[in-house]
Amino acid sequence: MTPAIQVVTGSQLSRRGFIKASTLAAGGLMVALYLDPPAAAQEGAQPTPRTYPPDAFVQILPDGKIVITVNRLEVGQGAQTALPMILADELDADWSKVTAQLAPAGELYKDPLIGIQMIGGSCSIPNSFQQYRELGAKTRAMLIGAAADRWGVTADQCRTKDSVVYGPGNRSARYAELTEEAVRRPAPAVVQLKSASQFRLIGKPVRRLDSRAKCDGSQKFSLDLDLPGMLIALLARPPVFGGRVRGFDDREARNVSGVRDIFEIPLVSGSAVAVVADRFWAAKQARDRMKVDWDLSGIDHPDSLQLFARYTELAKTPGNVAVRLGDEQAMGRIPASDRIQVEYEFPYLAHAPMEPLNLTVRYGRDRAEAWVPSQIPTWEQAALAEVLGLKPEQVTYHVLSAGGSFGRRGTTDSHFVREAAAIAKRLPGAPVKLIYTREDDMKSGYYRPMFVHRVEVGISPDGMPLAWKHVIVGQSFVIGTGAPQEAILVKNGVDKLATEGTDDSPYTFPNMHVSAHHPMVNVPTLSHRSVGYGHNSFVRETLLDELATRAKADPIAYRLKLLKPDAKKFRTSLTLLDQKSGWRRRLPRNHASGIACSEYNRTCVACAVEVSIENNRPRIHRATLAVDCGLAVNPLSIENQMQGGLIFGLTQLMANGAITLKDGRVEQSNFDRYAPPYMPDAPVSIDVHIVPSAEQPTGVGEPPVPVIAPAVVNALFRLTGKRYRSLPLTTV
Amino acid sequence: METYTLTVNGQTKEVTVDPGVPLLWALREELKLTGTKYGCGIGACGACTVHLGGVATRSCLVPVSRVGNRPIITIEAMAEDPVGRIVRDAWVSLDVVQCGYCQSGQIMSAVALLKSVPRPTDKNVEESMGGNLCRCGAYVRIREAIKAASRQLEGGVR
Amino acid sequence: MLVRSSRTGSVFDQAAPNANRILRSVAVMLVACGAGLLLMSFASPQAQHGDRARTRTEGLAAWQQVYSVLTSPRCINCHTATNYPQQGDDRRRHFANVVRGLRGQGVPALQCVSCHQAINADSTGVPGGHDWHLAPLSMMWQDRNYQILSSAEVCRAVKDRSKNHNLDGAGLLKHHTEEPLVLWAWHPGRRPDGSLRTVPPLTHEQFVEATRLWVEVGMPCPQAP
Repeated sequence: MTPAIQVVTGSQLSRRGFIKASTLAAGGLMVALYLDPPAAAQEGAQPTPRTYPPDAFVQILPDGKIVITVNRLEVGQGAQTALPMILADELDADWSKVTAQLAPAGELYKDPLIGIQMIGGSCSIPNSFQQYRELGAKTRAMLIGAAADRWGVTADQCRTKDSVVYGPGNRSARYAELTEEAVRRPAPAVVQLKSASQFRLIGKPVRRLDSRAKCDGSQKFSLDLDLPGMLIALLARPPVFGGRVRGFDDREARNVSGVRDIFEIPLVSGSAVAVVADRFWAAKQARDRMKVDWDLSGIDHPDSLQLFARYTELAKTPGNVAVRLGDEQAMGRIPASDRIQVEYEFPYLAHAPMEPLNLTVRYGRDRAEAWVPSQIPTWEQAALAEVLGLKPEQVTYHVLSAGGSFGRRGTTDSHFVREAAAIAKRLPGAPVKLIYTREDDMKSGYYRPMFVHRVEVGISPDGMPLAWKHVIVGQSFVIGTGAPQEAILVKNGVDKLATEGTDDSPYTFPNMHVSAHHPMVNVPTLSHRSVGYGHNSFVRETLLDELATRAKADPIAYRLKLLKPDAKKFRTSLTLLDQKSGWRRRLPRNHASGIACSEYNRTCVACAVEVSIENNRPRIHRATLAVDCGLAVNPLSIENQMQGGLIFGLTQLMANGAITLKDGRVEQSNFDRYAPPYMPDAPVSIDVHIVPSAEQPTGVGEPPVPVIAPAVVNALFRLTGKRYRSLPLTTV
Repeated sequence: METYTLTVNGQTKEVTVDPGVPLLWALREELKLTGTKYGCGIGACGACTVHLGGVATRSCLVPVSRVGNRPIITIEAMAEDPVGRIVRDAWVSLDVVQCGYCQSGQIMSAVALLKSVPRPTDKNVEESMGGNLCRCGAYVRIREAIKAASRQLEGGVR
Repeated sequence: MLVRSSRTGSVFDQAAPNANRILRSVAVMLVACGAGLLLMSFASPQAQHGDRARTRTEGLAAWQQVYSVLTSPRCINCHTATNYPQQGDDRRRHFANVVRGLRGQGVPALQCVSCHQAINADSTGVPGGHDWHLAPLSMMWQDRNYQILSSAEVCRAVKDRSKNHNLDGAGLLKHHTEEPLVLWAWHPGRRPDGSLRTVPPLTHEQFVEATRLWVEVGMPCPQAP
């Protein structure tokens, strides 16, 4: 039997659930449940256990409020509502009393399957679904146990509803009353989870917990943080990545009232000059008046046009092999008239979240504190500690809500944290907020890489693809980093993040050859919402459309015929889409429909759009989506993510949806030249249909992103007769 | 540095700032009203929208020295505004927000539209809201929420 | 070409709206001649040269100068054929989907004055002027494909009183001389990056003088090509 109160040490950590609980000074139960990740998903040594703070996941306060700690950064994807929903359902909590908070950096909050505290890859729900269910169920079991003891009855004579335990003979006790006794109980090693029919929240359209605050100005984002004595820092950054400060003239800058200090700091690559002031505008004015002598020698000055030319040449040669299936000679035996050979171009894309990068760090001699909208908190905590010369335990790392991210706040080199640490170290005791202006943010790199694809498809007499030969050229942001994912993602010199969507094609190609080149280019790159699927699905789905057109087949029917037997979710989503998009057959003149489908991390999305051409641009009148994401934890949230992700995916169709470089310099600095979709660019209606399913839930943040661009250009083909293979879509 | 007297959400406030400081930063840093957001600094995204002299205005562009005695209303005052309340409730009811960073500006723009055109057509909505950027792509729900708010306004005069 | 001004001309301001056009042109010429003769008797030899009656050729040349200003970015960016303004020397579509609205002032939540204040805001890089708004569609000087209209077309449009808010020659001259948004073109302020916006190819004084000369001659227009 586990004692009631326990301090964890290495020897005591076991595969059973561990509980450390204590009472709050004012009464109440704080429960920390640390669950070992399922053995199957965990390889390697356990992290060194520590004393876990008591209020790790659930706090039940005397007034009945329940505060659930979410082990994920909230960037808009809704994890801050969905995970509490899941826990509250199993807990049988009164949902109206539930609030959520974001977990700080901590080993306890790591993703149970991946083993790192992070968001990314749409894994919040799939990877923490079971975890949060168990947290809720175990807490409920302890509360029932406490009530049962109090009443001298057995646990199975009790039931729970809305934060109350009910016992035989009209007995009842609120959770808040039971916490003192519950704390003393052992944690159950195993609990019975609810069956689907017992769910009261899971599966229902539940509104977000953070809505009201985000509608009345009270929600605090990282940029809103205000601390006494806070200073604002801006960086004068090199105009070419990797540039170094040779010297600077700060006389004019120091004349700006409110400037505190100006000094050079190292960057991950190159160096910059930090300008620190007591207000944003003063820092900006001063930074803009800096005269910096940059040393831009010895570094590449990338140029988009030259890069495309270079990539195009590379694509003509086979790269490192990712897929080799069937007979490599098969293509050669197919007559030229039955072969298509095409090239695709995709530009760099900026994430451009609405809230530009920013964070706050305060450095003291043996302690530091940081406030960061962080995708990978423990990594960044470690990086911060490293720069400050501290141990990670000496850094208190708060995670703040972010105004979007789309991957930008999840860098493997923790660059912005390192920059802030370098500045804070020079100003001990002061909280220093490093702010990227929109221009800084947009020109700072870490883009979705540029890609060129060269594809040859050989077609059989019955119009089905016989051979598929595909070369992909684009940077890898994993190769050479030494990050843990490198071993998993990179095989035979091919970065899966560049080929996903092609190398895992759901379609049967009897003969398939996929290879990739990963050139080194002096532009930092990064994951961008839907990563490799964003461009690979575009190539695949537009080519599929071309094949279906040649075969005079309906695009959905063609795909269904071509799907591999095990592409179950593609099948279900396409079938549901077919049912829900009957409007495709009744379109007005000058309107056309287009179809595309994609998967991301085991969720499949199929999309139909209705498009016409207005003022030489595609006008999307409607989109219908069908999604198979397993059990739909929160259909309202899913609908929101489907609609939002679809519109996010439109960025690469916008006329100004590209980051370009000339002589090493990024040519776009703000939304005037890099123009993502606004309301007039978005479809007026997006109806979302969820495939009913009882399977394990899979994520929804990224799956919808890749489908819109190919669906739209497939529709455009029907209007113009042209195929569009070069993005962004500058003309129609 | 100059001292300016501003009327913000019905209250008189003094700020001492450089004449060129945008109203946005005076609101956020001097008056601690952080509901109005910085998204781009060039008026291209609308996250900084306030009502200045009754006009939906992009506060990142207006130097404090140009405000004069025009009253300033920010998102924080929308709870006390009859149209603001209806818009906020529609936003919550239809689960509009995702990351939420742009939504102060979206709501301020929507309120300005509805105060001027209580029954906007789809085209009215698209034109008035067409300059407010949302990277999370909440536009479909923003449209629906404005329609819902408009019906509320029609149905009961507040 | 330097255009000397004659300081008479009040008769233009008093011209009756419904005056017969030919008669008016003749009257203008006679008055101009008369004024010129009058000045000649007092003026220096240099002034004498500027006071003679202008020829149609000179008037057309003056119009070309006016045209060069009207179709320069600071002016033509608001004299669009579309339901939106342009911006920049490259005359690209104005960002953030701003639109014309009913009266060229934008739409309720996105008016021109949502951003453009009464004077330039150099600290934030947004131009400003009194009552910032779009010229009416009747005063478009380009087509919907951004192609600048010919000198003949613009000339005819500019003096067409059914299109130009009923301005006669005097009114046009006054517009060019005094209208705040016209004057703005020569003090267009700084861009967000701190650089100064470019100004039209003539100074304002030259522009006014060219207008004056053109009006004096009776607002001749080149032949349509």
